[in-house]
Amino acid sequence: MNLDYFTLIDRIVDLNLDEKRITVEAQVPVAHTIFEGHFPGFPIMPGVLLTEAMAQSSGWLILGVLKFERMPFLAIVKEAKMRGFVSPGSLLTIEAKLEHEGSGFAVTKVKGRIGKELKCSAELTFGLAPFPDPALRVHMDAMANKIGFPLQAITHD
Amino acid sequence: MSSTFDQIANIIAETCDIPRDTIKPESHAIDDLGIDSLDFLDIAFAIDKAFGIKMPLEKWTQEVNDGKATTEQYFVLQNLADRIDELVAAKNAAPGA
Repeated sequence: MNLDYFTLIDRIVDLNLDEKRITVEAQVPVAHTIFEGHFPGFPIMPGVLLTEAMAQSSGWLILGVLKFERMPFLAIVKEAKMRGFVSPGSLLTIEAKLEHEGSGFAVTKVKGRIGKELKCSAELTFGLAPFPDPALRVHMDAMANKIGFPLQAITHD
Repeated sequence: MSSTFDQIANIIAETCDIPRDTIKPESHAIDDLGIDSLDFLDIAFAIDKAFGIKMPLEKWTQEVNDGKATTEQYFVLQNLADRIDELVAAKNAAPGA
């Protein structure tokens, strides 16, 4: 995780486009100024960041399903549940499944775990739009490469 | 079995917290019920799931923007129900349905 740049996903562990699901890992940093305020003496990942991590996981899944032809933008957060504390230094494993691909939107169900312990879950809806700026597409390609997005998964049907 | 309109009205009432008895076949989803695009995403998801279809919202929106259709054709609820019935019929008529 690079919290300063809001990149919360470190690597894609598995992307299964037939089953429309993804598994990613996100390493929570051992130290960050966020933990100094949230909370003094009891540092934990804020729920909004766990929600964002679930959204980014879903986003990579949707990008894969759509073969990077459109960019997913988070629109609706439902049933977001923070089921346990996530401490600095934890390794989060997040699994997202595409629940529905509609016309111009997509819905995912996501779960985040530490080990086998479920820590967070949500149902997320994304609006799907053409990339609004070429620079964003370039950035997403670079990020995909960085986190090990399996490009062969979208080049072979 | 309830009508397509009734199913849509129930979905809208539940999704948007609008009293069910104010939702009429002649209601315009946007102009009369005040449903915005974000709420409509939720409604579309529920309708897609309930009827096993994929409402072509983007195509409809494009047609309205291009002046080839009016919002009434798609967003007056009885008309929306008719469009959904057509989509369901097309799905059932498709090979392998």
